[in-house]
Amino acid sequence: MKIVVCVKQVPDSDAALAVNADRTWIVDSGINFELNPYDRYALEEALRIKEAGEGEVVAVSLGPARAAQVLKTCLATGADRAIHLKDEAFQGGDPWANAQALAAAIRTVEPDLVLCGFQANDDTLAQTPVLLAEMLGMPHATGAMKIEKTDTGVRVARELEADRREVVDLPLPAVITVQTGINEPRYASIKGIMAAKRKEMKTPGPADLGIDPSQVGAAGSRLRFFDLAVPPKKEGGEVLTGSTEEIAVALVKRIRENTGVL
Amino acid sequence: MAYKGADFYLSDELFTEEEILIRDSVRQFVTDQIMPIIAKHNREGTFPAHLVPGLGELGLLGASLEGYGCAGVSATAYGLMMVELERGDSGIRSFVSVQGALCMYPIYRFGSEEQKQHYLPDMAKGEAIGSFGLTEADFGSNPGGMRTRAEKTAGGYLLNGSKSWITNGTIADVSIIWAKLDGVIRGFLVDKGTKGFSAQDIKGKFSLRASVTSELLLENVEVPETALLPGTEGLKSALSCLNQARYGVAWGAIGAAQAVFDEAVRYAQGRVQFGRPIAGFQLQQAKMAEMLTEITKAQLLCARLGRLKEAGKATPAMVSLAKRNNVAMALDAARTARDILGAVGIMDEYQTFRHMCNLESVKTYEGTHDIHTLILGQAITGLDAFE
Repeated sequence: MKIVVCVKQVPDSDAALAVNADRTWIVDSGINFELNPYDRYALEEALRIKEAGEGEVVAVSLGPARAAQVLKTCLATGADRAIHLKDEAFQGGDPWANAQALAAAIRTVEPDLVLCGFQANDDTLAQTPVLLAEMLGMPHATGAMKIEKTDTGVRVARELEADRREVVDLPLPAVITVQTGINEPRYASIKGIMAAKRKEMKTPGPADLGIDPSQVGAAGSRLRFFDLAVPPKKEGGEVLTGSTEEIAVALVKRIRENTGVL
Repeated sequence: MAYKGADFYLSDELFTEEEILIRDSVRQFVTDQIMPIIAKHNREGTFPAHLVPGLGELGLLGASLEGYGCAGVSATAYGLMMVELERGDSGIRSFVSVQGALCMYPIYRFGSEEQKQHYLPDMAKGEAIGSFGLTEADFGSNPGGMRTRAEKTAGGYLLNGSKSWITNGTIADVSIIWAKLDGVIRGFLVDKGTKGFSAQDIKGKFSLRASVTSELLLENVEVPETALLPGTEGLKSALSCLNQARYGVAWGAIGAAQAVFDEAVRYAQGRVQFGRPIAGFQLQQAKMAEMLTEITKAQLLCARLGRLKEAGKATPAMVSLAKRNNVAMALDAARTARDILGAVGIMDEYQTFRHMCNLESVKTYEGTHDIHTLILGQAITGLDAFE
């Protein structure tokens, strides 16, 4: 089975973020980046499916030069080769434009399965994989907690609210987004890290993929961030004082007056 | 906040991308697998044996050797691995040092091809554990005086004697026993369960509590011809293993120092006395400034030593200088950090006291601080203060 895993480089979850001068995105210099945590699970799932049979895992990422780091991590962890969409024309896109570019790159691989993380930790939009499926003409399932190979394709258990699961059968090829907790991602082994430098990493541009640069990146986007702001600091709440009984009475009064719940 | 080791002089820029990736992978392993369980093992005095397959899978066992299932990393990458492991616990780092530098290395360097094929792949996977039997109860800094003897017999060798302070002794599948054969120190591979060979743990340790330390007893132990490591010849063979291990210790100590520094700084920033964080008080700032200065110096020392080792230019005396400096530095840092932590500094809910106790052993093993002083004295003057 040939599996594509889409991965994204995102700011470290504990990076100190600041909004940039034109309020359109964060200041991305001086902070550390990491492989989107959701994507680690997608990669692990791809490696497990491959190891259970045979095939190839191809990691694909759209992002600036620094994003090569997350592809190297994928190669070190066990992916066989990587495609990095680092051309300037691809950058600054919305989910639609990014899906356009990713779809073009993925078509060159002709995969049986495309795995993505459920969402990216930076914008948490969770739209790109679904758009990607539509553009590739493949069925999709989101939030997978279990993926099983069947005679006709794959059976996916999707996570719903309150610990419920929805089980769907999909023919292949298909796009599936993977929820955290589906597996326990492995560490990049020392030997894997050393072998990674001998693995292929392609960096095709729009012309190589036969796409019009105006359809990808910032030029191809329909969605724009125009006013990003840090949420205002919450005012310090009211501290009730007195005996336990007095506090309880005061609390009930406020709940009744302010919320209408009681 | 995820752990990030202090790196004031951007020493990461001295390492290759591959070395950083290796470091990061080990750091993640330590954060996920060691940090949550180490205090309990330290308290109970148990070795977390369940970690061994994971250490093997990650490629940490015998990582600097080439072939036989080993990764063949640069000396610098090996050092960075030791830093991260010792950030977790000196006992875990000791396990990895003994397995790789003291057992796999001598088999690799002095063993026959059959011995290498037989032992190294399993040891790299963590499916076989090794111990290194050089020190004896009466011969610590002076191992050349050892009493353990080997005699040639018709089918092999007869070993008699005892060893002490042996890391991994009771859990080892194979022990490298150094013994005098016709007055010359040679290494022998003794498998677990060989008749007359026994081990028991040394109890009552205040230090390296998450590591196994044992005594080995050899009473008329018969081993075949194939047990002799053919390339071993005299004490220098054993010392060459120690030199590998000391190199790792010099790096590892940085990790322990980074761990206690990190804990002390976080604590000082959060601990409020007299209406403000104690991190704002000059006495505490002086302590933290001193710690960071010494950690930074130790990092640069090792970064240079690593490249010298890769170029084949690192002398044993250079390794001694780094081991001596860095371990003493880490112990001082741990004592200072404990001061900053105040009362909670004595609790095992915090790491500092554990590191402080561990480092007392690290200062003593692999050549005591004083012995390394004398090795440097010899290198400076050409005159031996010992022997």
